[in-house]
Amino acid sequence: MSYEFKDFHWARDIRINNYLMPGTLDEALDILEKYQGKAQVVAGGTDVIGKLRHRDLEVDALVDITRLPDMDGIGQDGEMITLGACVTHAQTALSPLVREKAAILAKAAGSLGSPQIRNIATVAGNMVTGHPAADMSIPLLALNASVSIASKEGQREVPLTEFFLDKGRTAIDCRKEILLQIKFPAIQSNQGCCHLRLSKRQSLTIAILVLAAVVKVDAQKKIIQEAAIAMGPVAPTPFRAVETEALLAGAPVCRETIERAAETAFAEVNPIDSAIWGSAEYKREMVKVFVRRGLENAIIEAGALVD
Amino acid sequence: MKKVGLSCKVNGKEVDLEIHPNTVLVDLLRDTLRLTGTKEGCREGECGACTVLLDGLAVNSCLIPALKAQGRSVVTIEGLAKAEGQLDNLQQHFVAEGAVQCGFCTPGMILNAKSLLDRIPDPDDKEIRYAISGVLCRCTGYQKIVGAIKAASHEKGQTPKG
Repeated sequence: MSYEFKDFHWARDIRINNYLMPGTLDEALDILEKYQGKAQVVAGGTDVIGKLRHRDLEVDALVDITRLPDMDGIGQDGEMITLGACVTHAQTALSPLVREKAAILAKAAGSLGSPQIRNIATVAGNMVTGHPAADMSIPLLALNASVSIASKEGQREVPLTEFFLDKGRTAIDCRKEILLQIKFPAIQSNQGCCHLRLSKRQSLTIAILVLAAVVKVDAQKKIIQEAAIAMGPVAPTPFRAVETEALLAGAPVCRETIERAAETAFAEVNPIDSAIWGSAEYKREMVKVFVRRGLENAIIEAGALVD
Repeated sequence: MKKVGLSCKVNGKEVDLEIHPNTVLVDLLRDTLRLTGTKEGCREGECGACTVLLDGLAVNSCLIPALKAQGRSVVTIEGLAKAEGQLDNLQQHFVAEGAVQCGFCTPGMILNAKSLLDRIPDPDDKEIRYAISGVLCRCTGYQKIVGAIKAASHEKGQTPKG
């Protein structure tokens, strides 16, 4: 692992010629079209401003979408919970609805960055960065969330399982498209969930490992009907442990099931060595610990008992 | 580069300026408006020295394009004192408790504390620590800062906990 001069030295200024704050979606899409790929969408800006200083991003203009109508609400639509694209982490962490219907998301939102970052950085923006350990991506992936995206061509819906393409790359083109809403099913009474985060300190740090688990048990509380396990950073993108999930579907609620799940997860993840964020070997061991602990907690929360 | 108009409130006063769109809020405050109470440390959202309140919420002014403040209200450390030469409740307690040493983190600490007390008037230690977790202090070891915020919260006419 080596670092270059530019990894620790960057510019003070941001190079943009325009900062636009459209009041309607149509106006925003018009601006993006007019700039032909030289303008990019921004919401909270905590990630984009840093990238501009590092010169990792070069644009002529930023299109701030936080003044668009109906973008900052958290709501419920039947069994679905909806988050507007400009909902911040602080809003999510404090929302009684999210705390009740998707506790893992509220907890994750409260553990990202710092209070000042959480007050302005958006949940959608965190996902759009495509970071393999993005704090919001992991629980939303486990919650089977999807996003709606608007462009000149119309609207489309993308499930998160198809959203993350590669490290730093997602299915949205922020120079043409605007993410409008995040949607996911609320946690039901026969489901339990757990969010675990391993980091060097409790604030202002990227996680060494994050896990989010959602488990559904049968009426007798003896069988795991369905399990969703998301983790990061253990692959180039936020990772769904599909092999582990397949093993858990229909398996009895017992110590042995959990142990087999931990071993399967250990085998299916593929973390890389990092001088700052821990070795691959360490992360793999911690995957085992987190899957064990996450499943136990989620199963208990679903109302079942292990053993 | 073409300048554009910015209208916002800074410490309660209406401000109308022509600025370059690439101006960052911390520079507008320090260089243009000469409100140097807001400090600049890391310039990447890690240290919290540049914290200001944007519509009452604590944010890092180093990560905010100044135009984001269009039509909104910004409060800096200079905006806390009610009158010239008089300190705000939180500032008085920071002085009294010895929570200020080099002073560089103090504006960020106080504004985060203000944002906390506006929402939770009588926070416990855990809530205070969580609220200031986005500001780094290298002198005090944080204990006196937590103490000062606690004392200020009691002063607000709340019943002390426990």
